[in-house]
Parts: sequence; structure tokens; C-alpha cells
Amino acid sequence: MLTLERVTKIYRIGTLGMQKLTAVADVSFEIGEKEIVALIGESGSGKSTIGKMILRLVRPTFGTIRFEGKDIFALQGSAVKDYYRKVQGVFQDPFASYNPIFKADRIFTMIWEEFFPHISRKEWNQKLEDALQAVGLNPSDVLGKYPHQLSGGQLQRFLIARALLLDIRLLVADEIISMLDASTRIDVLNLLADLRNRGLSILFITHDLSLGYYISDRSIVLYKGRIVETGPTERIFAHPLHPYTEMLLASVPQIEHKWAARSYRVEQNTAHSTSGCVYYSRCPIAQSICAQRPPALVEVADGHWVACHMRS
Amino acid sequence: MGLRVENLRIYYHTLRGYVRALDGVTFSVADGEIMGLAGESGCGKTTLGHSLIHLKPPMTYIEGRVFLDGRELPIWDWNQMNEFRFRHVSLIPQYAMNALNPTRKIGRMIAELLAARGVDYREVLPELKRRLDLVQLSHEVLGMYPIELSGGMRQRVVMVISTLLNPSLLIADEITSALDVSTQKAVCEMIVEFRNRGFVRSTIFITHDMSVLYQISDSIAVMYAGQMVEKAPTETIFRSPRHPYTRMLIAALPRVGVRYREERLRGIPGTPPQLLKPPPGCRFRERCPVAFDRCQEPPPFVEVEPNHFVACWREI
Repeated sequence: MLTLERVTKIYRIGTLGMQKLTAVADVSFEIGEKEIVALIGESGSGKSTIGKMILRLVRPTFGTIRFEGKDIFALQGSAVKDYYRKVQGVFQDPFASYNPIFKADRIFTMIWEEFFPHISRKEWNQKLEDALQAVGLNPSDVLGKYPHQLSGGQLQRFLIARALLLDIRLLVADEIISMLDASTRIDVLNLLADLRNRGLSILFITHDLSLGYYISDRSIVLYKGRIVETGPTERIFAHPLHPYTEMLLASVPQIEHKWAARSYRVEQNTAHSTSGCVYYSRCPIAQSICAQRPPALVEVADGHWVACHMRS
Repeated sequence: MGLRVENLRIYYHTLRGYVRALDGVTFSVADGEIMGLAGESGCGKTTLGHSLIHLKPPMTYIEGRVFLDGRELPIWDWNQMNEFRFRHVSLIPQYAMNALNPTRKIGRMIAELLAARGVDYREVLPELKRRLDLVQLSHEVLGMYPIELSGGMRQRVVMVISTLLNPSLLIADEITSALDVSTQKAVCEMIVEFRNRGFVRSTIFITHDMSVLYQISDSIAVMYAGQMVEKAPTETIFRSPRHPYTRMLIAALPRVGVRYREERLRGIPGTPPQLLKPPPGCRFRERCPVAFDRCQEPPPFVEVEPNHFVACWREI
């Protein structure tokens, strides 16, 4: 349904944009119908940039993104609006997504005015009620309130309900759980799973592997803008191949067992050589070849791809 | 001797009355103990942490006593507390890594901080360098501005600064929440290492992430709506929790190995009560699956087993 082909994003930074920062490098993947794909990576991995490019908020430097076969950056006029009917995003900080001066349900009225001007108030209210019930909210409890009167979980569900009002096919969920309390985050996750069962595809962007594991069918692990490992979620978690994925998995705090005493190399302020593997400076199993040329993404088992000289 | 807090009440003064953010909390933290403090947002865990070091309006001291190493902390008196801040009690606030002065080089900022406490920078410098080595930061950071460091590196700088004078009590407030898993692990290991080396004696580690607490804390206290509902050694909290809220919090934790298709986890329905006029009786009553008539009276916080305290009528 959605295809990324060799997408690269280079930001110009520093004085007068003299320096270049490659946020996303040569990333290709697809999201199919009714599929939940987890995009996993630490800060600076480029995961949010990918989400923004899919939402047309940032234009890729190279590469194309196609939705239902069409290049989304070639869309014009009403086709853009049609795209946003089908693809919507929800972001990390629910409190920052609202204008505190207005009531929170203004986000629904804006959708009504923009996308459904021909629908009567009665019909609209029914549609809104259905959407709110679909995200597990009781309309009478939450409508007519200001953002500060609602909890983070409620606000986040509001934003998902807003997306549901459109004929949405793909939801880009960028760290939507990380600011929520433990008691409500699982409800929002379950909600995403239910939506998938109703026909939605979801790109679930997260740095938390246990959340990704709980919900996704396929996982993509990013490091410094590059895909280092991708495949079916269960397979990646059971047999991680890339040393970076291994390190991430070993760092997840779990309640079954304690962290192994072995310490991992923390990030240092060192310059990276651009010629070799991006993970070279932190990698415990690196050899000389890793400094010389970047590893290609190779399929090692059915649908399981890894970019590592040592493991592929 | 450690920390002993007795019946501490801290309210927030608002135009509509007092918000009972901390409503009668009693607990102790032993020497060398890392106590995790968990609970939903708005349960009073940050209020508790901050009141022990800088209690200022709109926080209002109502009652309660705090003892550190046998000495009473005059938490209600801003000026008297100056003697204890940084030297005996130190705090790493949430987002501390973004709170470094952007116009000062890190070394100069530390020198100014120390001067404010009457300590000579040059005297402390060798120890400071040793500690930077310990957290794998090069000495060059002292000559750098905060903007030149990544978030994880700034977090490590803040940890070194706040423990430089070997405080008896360190309060770490959500210091791992904004970090990546690998940095989070490194920061947690540093907290344990600092304790092991005696840089700090007792630590209160505030977080909403129970799985982090399982990794590093010796004991866990769970708060709900301004009160403590359970405190026990870490293993006990996870293996045999007694309060229904603690049980539900742990059951709601996503973990690697659990997929929603096989095992659907459940959140805790409902929301915490507002604390302007909290309901009488047990504050968890409305969300509790096992509430009964008795819960209309407030349950006492009692020791049901050695070092295991619970506030629940079902467990007494």
C-alpha cells in the first residue's frame, strides 16, 4: 500500500547550511494492508523523519514514497486532500498538539469544516459519537472540555478519533505512548490493535522494544538513518542478528530477569568515519572490513534482512 | 541512619482551596538503600521528592517531620534548608539535562555552583575528573558548552555535578524517562555505581516505569493519589504484591515476549480522583476490583510482614 524506495533525507545544518547531516539514508520498505510495522530506533536514528516524510511534512532529498502506486510528492490540488483523508499522523506529546485557548473538540470541528462541509450537524454528531466510542471514550464525558481538563490518554485518543473520522487507511503513530502513564498506555496500544482488525495499517514509531514487540507484525530497526535489521517481529526478537539489535534488546528493562552485568559502550563525542559501517565505533564484534565499506542489507532467512559484515 | 519521613503533608495552595498532593506519607530509606518511587502522573511522587529539598510556593507545608541521619530537616524553612542543599540532600530534577546554563562552560558553571556553597573548585577538581572518567566522559567537557553535548552526555554531567559533594540523600526525579534504552541502562548503572562507591548514601529514584525499578532499586514504594499504598523490597513487590493497585500496575506492563494476539494486557480503568476534595476512605476504591464496605474508611498503612507495608483493608 505504502512503499518507500531508496529514500534519503539530508538536512543542511550549521551556519548558512554549510554542513550536511544525513538523517535518513537509502531506506526502502513497504507497509501492506492491515499491517502494523514497528519502526524502532534511538533518538537520532531518523525514525521521526521517516514519519514526517510519509505525512508530506518533509520532502526527501532522494528517493520516492508511493501510496497506492502514486508518488505522494507529485500530488497536486485536491489529490493532496484526498491523500490526507487516507493517511494521518498522531505524535508524541498530546499536550502540544492542542491550542490551549480553544476547547479540545475543536480539532473535530476543523475536520468537519474542511472535509465534510456538506454533512448536516445531526449526521456529523452521530459520526463523531461513533468515532469517540471506537477509541473507548464516552462522548458526554469528554466533549466541550479544554485540553487541560483531559488526561494525556484521553487527548491522545481524541487525536486517533480525529483520524478515524476520515476514511483513513494508514496511521503514522510517532511515539504516541511514551508520554502516557503505564495504566493508560496499554489501553491505547490495544486500541491500535483493534483498529488494525478493522482494516487500518499502522506505522508504529517507537524506541521501546517491548511496545513494538507487543503490537507489531514486522519490525524495522534503524541506526543513524539506516536500516540495520528488518523482518517479522517474532523472528527478530527471538534471533536478533545485528549487534545493535542485540544491544537494544539487552538494554530493555524487563521484569523477568535483571540486566546482565556486562556494560555496553556508551555514545561518545567522536567523529564517525563515513566510509564504513555506521555502527562501527560502538560495535563489539567489528573487524577491519567494517571500517572500510558499509555492509549491504542481505536476506538471511525468509523475510529477515540484516546489514552486517559479520552476521550475514 | 538514612532518611525517615513521618506523616508528611504538603498541599498546593490554589484559588479554589488546597490540593492535597501529599497527604500523610510515612516511610524510611536506609543507608545505602535505593528506594524506587512509582505511581501514575499526579500521584504526588514529584511533590514528595521536591518537598524534601526545596519546598516553595505554591507548595505549602502542612505537617510532618523529616529526619536525615538523625538530624531534623527544616524543610518548611527555605533559608535554613540552604545548609543542607547540595551538601546533604541533592536533587536531579526531570529534564535536568536541559537545565544546564547555556551561556557558561560546564567547568565554570560547576565552579560557580561550588562557590555558592563555599567550596573551592580547584580543591574538588581532581575528584571531579575522577568521576568524569567513571561515567566515561572526557575531561574536555569542562571546557565545553552544554549545547556541544548530546542529551545522554548532559545527563551524565548533571549526575556528576549533583553528587559531587557526597550527599546523604539523592533524589532522582524521572531522570531516565526521556532517554533511549541504551542510555537509560547506562544512567541506571551509574546510580547503582555511585551508591556502591559511597558517593551517595540513600537514593530516592522517582519514575513511572516499574521495569526500570526492578533493575536497580532495593525497595519500591507505590503511591496513589497523594498517599503511599505499598512499600516492600523489590522482589516482594513484583512476586507477591498485596495492594490491588500495585498488582494492576505490574499486570499492565508490556514486556518482550508478550504479544497482544496471545495475551491481551489490560490497563487500569478509570482515572485517579482529583485531590482538591478527595473522596473519603480509600482513594483507590472507585477503580478497585475488590473494594467492599470497609473501604469507605481510610485504610492504615501497616506493616503486614517485615519491611512490607500495605494500605488495604483486604490485606490487614
